[in-house]
Amino acid sequence: MADTDSEVRQMHTDFEELEDAEDLFPEPAATQESGPASLPAEDIGTNSNGPRQDLLFDDDPEDLFAEATEEVSLDSPERDILLSDGPSPAITPITPPSSVITPCLGHDDMFIKSSFNEIDEEEEEEEESDSFNMHISVSDPEKVGDGMNAYMAYKVTTKTSMSLFKQNEFAVKRRFSDFLGLHSKLASKYLHVGYIVPPAPEKSIVGMTKVKVGKEDQSSNEFVEKRRSALERYLMRTVKHPILRKDPDVLQFLESSDLPRAVNTQALSSAGLLRMVNKAADAVNKMTIKMNESDSWFEEKQQHFENLDVQLRKLHISIESLVCHRKELSINTAQFAKSAAMLGNSEDHTALSRALSQLAEVEEKIDQLHQDQANADFYLFSELLGDYVRLLTAVKGVFDHRMKTWQKWQDSQLLLQKKREAEAKLQLNNKPDKLQQAKDEIKELEVKVQQGERDFEQISKTIRKEVSRFEKERVKDFKTIIVKYLESLVQSQQQMIKYWEAFLPEAKAIS
Amino acid sequence: MLRVLLLCKVQTVGSTQLSELLQSQQPTLRSVSVDLNNDASLLIDIPDALCERDKVKFTVHTKTTLSSFQKPEFSVPRQHEDFIWLHDTLVETEEYAGLIIPPAPPKPDFESPREKMHKLGEGEATMTKEEYTKMKQELEAEYLAVFKKTVQVHEIFLQRLSSHPILSKDRNFQIFLEYDQDLSVRRKNAKEMFGGFFKNMVKSADEVAALWPCYLSHCFKIKDSTAKAEKMTRSHKNIADDYIHISATLNSLSAEDTTASKTHLEKLSDLFEKLRKVEGRVASDQELKLTELLRYYMRDIQAAKDLLYRRARALADYESSNKALDKARLKSKDVAQAEEHQQQCLQKFDRLSESGKKELTGFKGRRVVAFRKNLIEMAELEIKHAKNNVTLLQGCIEMLKSN
Repeated sequence: MADTDSEVRQMHTDFEELEDAEDLFPEPAATQESGPASLPAEDIGTNSNGPRQDLLFDDDPEDLFAEATEEVSLDSPERDILLSDGPSPAITPITPPSSVITPCLGHDDMFIKSSFNEIDEEEEEEEESDSFNMHISVSDPEKVGDGMNAYMAYKVTTKTSMSLFKQNEFAVKRRFSDFLGLHSKLASKYLHVGYIVPPAPEKSIVGMTKVKVGKEDQSSNEFVEKRRSALERYLMRTVKHPILRKDPDVLQFLESSDLPRAVNTQALSSAGLLRMVNKAADAVNKMTIKMNESDSWFEEKQQHFENLDVQLRKLHISIESLVCHRKELSINTAQFAKSAAMLGNSEDHTALSRALSQLAEVEEKIDQLHQDQANADFYLFSELLGDYVRLLTAVKGVFDHRMKTWQKWQDSQLLLQKKREAEAKLQLNNKPDKLQQAKDEIKELEVKVQQGERDFEQISKTIRKEVSRFEKERVKDFKTIIVKYLESLVQSQQQMIKYWEAFLPEAKAIS
Repeated sequence: MLRVLLLCKVQTVGSTQLSELLQSQQPTLRSVSVDLNNDASLLIDIPDALCERDKVKFTVHTKTTLSSFQKPEFSVPRQHEDFIWLHDTLVETEEYAGLIIPPAPPKPDFESPREKMHKLGEGEATMTKEEYTKMKQELEAEYLAVFKKTVQVHEIFLQRLSSHPILSKDRNFQIFLEYDQDLSVRRKNAKEMFGGFFKNMVKSADEVAALWPCYLSHCFKIKDSTAKAEKMTRSHKNIADDYIHISATLNSLSAEDTTASKTHLEKLSDLFEKLRKVEGRVASDQELKLTELLRYYMRDIQAAKDLLYRRARALADYESSNKALDKARLKSKDVAQAEEHQQQCLQKFDRLSESGKKELTGFKGRRVVAFRKNLIEMAELEIKHAKNNVTLLQGCIEMLKSN
């Protein structure tokens, strides 16, 4: 039963994706906006999995998708049932959409292919009909608990007018491991099919320990602020992704007041260690896979991302250096201000004494300007670059998954060939019972090979789309944030002008 | 490798180029102190200098209407050591005990840019050719700035002398200006003669403190302010260097970009290149107007302190001559001699007190004027640079938004 549930669950997810593509759906918008009550009667009931499965065996593709709209409406009670299940079982890797549908249908591969083709054109239209309008803020960090078990709880507020959500504005409390848990789920669902899942902010044992121990000082405040900002950016990036934002785990994360704790995210847990081992194994495998690249686009893009990675890292280092020096300037200016004040105090010439005191005041204000500017340098420019360096790791990851998918396909092809040769031998030696077994195995493998090829084509297609989206986002992102950053510089300079212009008459007044 | 190249370059910069460079500077940037060179009877300036392996050769140019000089206009080459000789000679001259002798110019110090050049050479492999060229340019500019500063400080020393009613008439000063041969021979003789008598006397801080109570704390505070101002300038320079690296990396990013970002990155790279030039100027202006002002003030205070010290010694001499006179009277021996000595001491003390008072008043007045001038100029320059920055930034924002 559990298997069917999870399988069906996957189909729900899959259909959600497919839904984007087809505009054969009768009034998709209407269905989505209506509440549970307005759904057709046949949908209601815990065993609504039943009718769905019947539909799958329907030969008429159009009908299949026509029904699917109503089924898949996110306001449907089915979704609530799914979500009210205990801990999200989705931590287990989910096989890609086509592999779930295909065994059931068995025959019509072309149908699947064509529908996926339409996704390309339809996606643009779909995005415009329900355009992205969401704003997520992470705020009000609050320490919960004491000692080493303490943690920071953040308020996650979502403001949206999108029909995807029940309300226009809502807030929940989340802790850092919740974010990591969300990312872990999304990564396991989407990375291996080629979607670029934004990486979660990094863990910091040192940083968190300080907070737990209760040090209320500058550096732990800065750490919390840095984390809060990073979590906000993470969520915004995740929901900007048209597929990810519809994921039930994302919706649950944003909306439901209770979230089961994600325990596998701890660095020192067994899951954490397993992750590390897997990463190492992957790295070794990557080196040994020699792929016959039939599509130069992928090679070019990979090279492009490699170069981009190198340059962004370099730029990141330069910006970090800038932040450091700007902070130093602020400190040095403050020290000079104090020194000038003392000098002014010990000066017996009254006008000069006053001018020196005024100089001290100006410099003190300017040191605050520099401090603020250093923050802008960091939170806008530096963190942007840091985010993209991490994002590029995810991008490189999907390319690697494609290679793995290709490898899997090749492996099953090789195996098929071997089995065919074995079968031929068996035929010669005339061993009927073993022959039948061999023929069955071959049939299975043929299916597997076809599946492998489809998977490979699917992931290639997805990656193309994702890369195009990623690049568009990157251009927009950079431009927006850089403009903001430059505006912060302008403000700082304009303020500087004000301060010095106020000082000038004081200097002129010295006689 | 680099060092040699740079030094060669500065050498070939030679007389013509450097004087052009100095002239192209606004006149306000040249003197820390007040306009000293206004008495047409004796006008001195250093129009040129040559740098050879850290030894600087200054060309001292004099224009005069005074008959005490052989020619109305002439130039002589002088080294830093010659300036020191002149200063020490003046300090040792008994006649000038009641005057504040302008502080000697500090030795030319190219340590900082030289060290940076060395580091740059080591880090050459990690940067692009463009970056490296820009960094080198920055360093050369810094080297030149040190050079200009040292010329300025030597020039001011001479101008302070020429504008002083008594010191300008000093014979040694005249020799310094006029003597067209090498002074090194004279320098050696002078050392032998005086042996740095006054200079090397242990100067008791207590004696001075008694006369000028806040002297010590004031001196300390100025030293502190100078050091802190230097740190500020260094931070500005570091930021300017960061801008160079940022600009270069943005350029590389732009070259490889095929999306709409390409033009964004180009413009941004360009912007940072321009910003770093402004930042560099902020750093150098702050140094000239603020740090140099404080440094000069610090040295000037030393000179004033020396005067007070001499006066204190004169007082001590007078008191001991009094005691000697009393003794002589008791013994009825050499009374006339003792009386005369006492009179001399008293006269000296009175003379020093009187001229000392005048000098100190002049010193304080000069100081106030110098501070006023430099603080005004610094504020004006800060405003100018900030406005420049705003224009550059807003221009870039406009271009980015319109794309």
